[in-house]
Amino acid sequence: MSLLELKNIHTYYGHIHALKGISLTVNEGEIVTLIGANGAGKSTTLRTISGMVKARSGEVLYQGKPIQRVSAEQIVAMGIGHVPEGRRIFPRLTVEENLEIGAYLLRDKKVVEERKQIGFQLFPRLYERRSQKGGTLSGGEQQMLAIARALMQDPKLLLMDEPSMGLAPVLVDFIFETIQSLNKSGKTILLVEQNARIALQIAHRGYVLQTGELTLSGPAAQLAATPEVQAAYLGGH
Amino acid sequence: MLEGLVALLPQVIFDGLLLGFVYAMIALGYTMVYGVLELINFAHSEIFMIGAVVGVEVFRYLGPAIPNGIVVLLLALLLGAIISGLMAMVVERLAYRPLRARGTTNRLVPLITAIGVSFVLQDVVRFIEGLWHNEFKLQMRVIPPLDGNFTFLTVFVQYKALILILVSLLMLFGLNYLVNRTKLGTAIRAVAQDMSTARLMGINPDVIISRTFLIGGALGGVAGVLFAVQYSTIDPYVGFFPGLKAFTAAVLGGIGNITGAMVGGLVLGQLETLSGTYLPTLTGGNFGTEYKDVIAFLILILLLLFRPQGLLGQVVKEKV
Repeated sequence: MSLLELKNIHTYYGHIHALKGISLTVNEGEIVTLIGANGAGKSTTLRTISGMVKARSGEVLYQGKPIQRVSAEQIVAMGIGHVPEGRRIFPRLTVEENLEIGAYLLRDKKVVEERKQIGFQLFPRLYERRSQKGGTLSGGEQQMLAIARALMQDPKLLLMDEPSMGLAPVLVDFIFETIQSLNKSGKTILLVEQNARIALQIAHRGYVLQTGELTLSGPAAQLAATPEVQAAYLGGH
Repeated sequence: MLEGLVALLPQVIFDGLLLGFVYAMIALGYTMVYGVLELINFAHSEIFMIGAVVGVEVFRYLGPAIPNGIVVLLLALLLGAIISGLMAMVVERLAYRPLRARGTTNRLVPLITAIGVSFVLQDVVRFIEGLWHNEFKLQMRVIPPLDGNFTFLTVFVQYKALILILVSLLMLFGLNYLVNRTKLGTAIRAVAQDMSTARLMGINPDVIISRTFLIGGALGGVAGVLFAVQYSTIDPYVGFFPGLKAFTAAVLGGIGNITGAMVGGLVLGQLETLSGTYLPTLTGGNFGTEYKDVIAFLILILLLLFRPQGLLGQVVKEKV
């Protein structure tokens, strides 16, 4: 049984048919990437999984249970973390408060403290900035905070939306190394990226999304070798 | 003449302080709801009024039975906080939440709803009081030791005034602690800053908004009880002016900012009392006390011209 399965998902924004029958699977322990151009529906796919938008039809199965009608708040509690597009740090909460709010569903203060320390170990930079307001961080620091915040609830499945967006190349490498090490420590990851090259480097499998439909799928290396992907997403040769 | 005016000053400042604290307490409720929903909850005036009415009724029925005024006041404050808080929650649930659920983006719709709720609450209270006591103008009867007083230097101080100041300060510190140091407070701020991302943290914004109304309403209820104890005459329309001025105080202090609401209330209280006292003498009787609001608001307009974000408000600059 896969950890996550989407079956023929259709999602609308008003009259716009954003997802036109998406079916995909994510198995436990995998990094799966969803690549595609701007507006292809990558973020919408993640938002449909985390319950921020509701699918009009189709099924989202998480650990075999349908969750397409479960509210976003409850989906978090079931073990799906979402690092949203644009990071969405709470600008007037401190770094530490951002982490604490990430652990909103946890009651045990000791556990919250432990998880905070894990986050600080992962990103020592955040420890240095712990009393600073989230809005004053640099883009890279905000991305670290967004990841650390999502980890506070110790999710099984991590949805990551464009973690490389707007970051300097060095930072992009660092963030993707972190993603890989999170995966090695047991997190399953569904990664949405415009930077297809680096996404396909770390992913086990990938899907290509085009105007709301999946056009290609397969093991990452194989996908990276197909002419279509080369031409459209890897800049060709 | 000047000597007389100066001799009066300490008393005027003290009276202004009292009025200022009343505005400040009401302003806290406006500013909390605005902070979370960017909604000016005009019905908050009526939540305050309900607190005042509860205060009068508690003193009417328990005053004769319990000889100690402090005990009666504590009961009145408790009951006022509970009833006003619950009422604010009910208003949110019935009037504002359905608009949110429909995804109404027009900010005027909830605003006009709030004004409508105000009228409804005024007349519901008038109706109930009319049935109950055959009249809707209520008189507060305070009992000892609340009616006691003393003179400190030249200032005439009533015990009930001291209680009002004490309770408002407690409310300010309590609210600051709640918002800045507790889990609920952090959740309130998170919802205020980014409601949809808050959901990704497992926060149900509706629950948090409901609690915000409960807290703001309870503070309004406490303010109402203290207002009734201090100023005695109450009717269902008594919330209008204090409410409007408290709203102004919240804007003056920087809306959404708790300490700002307090500061704004105190400044407005001083402006109003000072101009009310000195205007007639300074203008040789050409402008009477009734012009106090004109002066107070004129100064406010000037202040806001130079500091549109309010005294303690911050210009919001965020990195994207």
